[in-house]
Amino acid sequence: MAGGEAVALLGANGAGKTTLLKILATLLRPTRGRVMVAGHDAVREPEAVRRHLGLVAHGAHVYEDLTARENLAFWTALGGARVPAADLAAALAAVELERHAGERVRTFSAGMKRRLSLARFVLARPRVLLLDEPFAGLDQRAKKWLEEYLQAFKAGGGAIVMATHSFGRELAVADRIAILAGGAIALEAPRAPLTADDVQRLYALHAEDAP
Amino acid sequence: MIYARRAWAVVWKDLLVERRSKETLNALAFFSLLLLFVFQFALGPDRERLAGVLPGLLWLGFVLAGLLGLGRTFVAERENDCWEGLLLAPGDKSAIYVGKLAGNLLLMLAVEAMLLVLFAVFFNLDLAGVLPALGLVVVLGTLGLAAVGTLFAAMTANLRARELLFPVLLLPVQVPVLLATVKATEAVLAGEPLGAVAHWLQLLAAADVVYVTAGLLTFDFVLEG
Repeated sequence: MAGGEAVALLGANGAGKTTLLKILATLLRPTRGRVMVAGHDAVREPEAVRRHLGLVAHGAHVYEDLTARENLAFWTALGGARVPAADLAAALAAVELERHAGERVRTFSAGMKRRLSLARFVLARPRVLLLDEPFAGLDQRAKKWLEEYLQAFKAGGGAIVMATHSFGRELAVADRIAILAGGAIALEAPRAPLTADDVQRLYALHAEDAP
Repeated sequence: MIYARRAWAVVWKDLLVERRSKETLNALAFFSLLLLFVFQFALGPDRERLAGVLPGLLWLGFVLAGLLGLGRTFVAERENDCWEGLLLAPGDKSAIYVGKLAGNLLLMLAVEAMLLVLFAVFFNLDLAGVLPALGLVVVLGTLGLAAVGTLFAAMTANLRARELLFPVLLLPVQVPVLLATVKATEAVLAGEPLGAVAHWLQLLAAADVVYVTAGLLTFDFVLEG
């Protein structure tokens, strides 16, 4: 993958989408093959890889009893960065959570937690974003915001890998699709000439009919 | 400097979460109180009998409260996959161990201070004269308990039988610390000078160094699983 590119990983439940994301994120070791992220081997140099990536998975990596601002301050400090309060506020504003900065995460919706999770990466500016079902559970406004955010991330040179089994806004962001079946890529194709219906047909052919 | 900032971030977060939820502190306070009532009813007012068993009872209280508190070290990390977040945070993972250990140590010392006051009240003890010496023994013993407890809590955090495995793993490793602390506490409460228990204090200090070093060196592997 090149910088500024987004790949949507499509596949039925158990196809291996989340497993692949976890391998890319250095959380799991591949049984075979080699994973390179930003020029570093994910198995041999996991620490170097982790400096370049951001993961937004099913759990949003947020503490329920901390406020949004405190969560952000904790994760940036744990990353070793000393971030001024103004930058924390700007990151929360970038994900439209500035009005909720002092509220405990326990009161947040799933969409707000996901946005808070993304606020970390507004500050850390990773080169690669790994997203597991990024639009799931979001309302229309949050979906629109996230789509714009991901387009801006790509425009800034960032690479995105999204695991999904829906054909909505993910496809609008994606430059390529990869359909997974049985733990392997059954089809990889550029997104551009394909309509959502085309992708649906390819998905039915390669993912749902896969043995 | 960055290492210290990362460790401090963990201490700050853990204490803030505990202050907000009060889950561990409340449970330990009630548990300690219950324990004291049981001891009081079991032993009665016989001071001679009490003098013989008090150091053991005191550390039994500390260890049982410690087991409850230490076992919850990584409970907050299981919510929202924060464990994954810790793993993915760049930098030396031992800073997380140092932060967790410091947070546990502060929490345990707070509970032990409360327990000590309650012991003095329940059993009519005058601890004023022996407080500095007793404080040293308690801090050294608690550090040893917290150092291994924090590491084992991380080891068992994602296991289904963690509540069972945690004490089973922890207590045998704690034998040198428990032996030294009970013996040193017994001597200190009997009014002996610290010099008389120097060998026990040395054993405690050595155990602390070994346990903390083992935690620092192995935490990365434990976290990575």
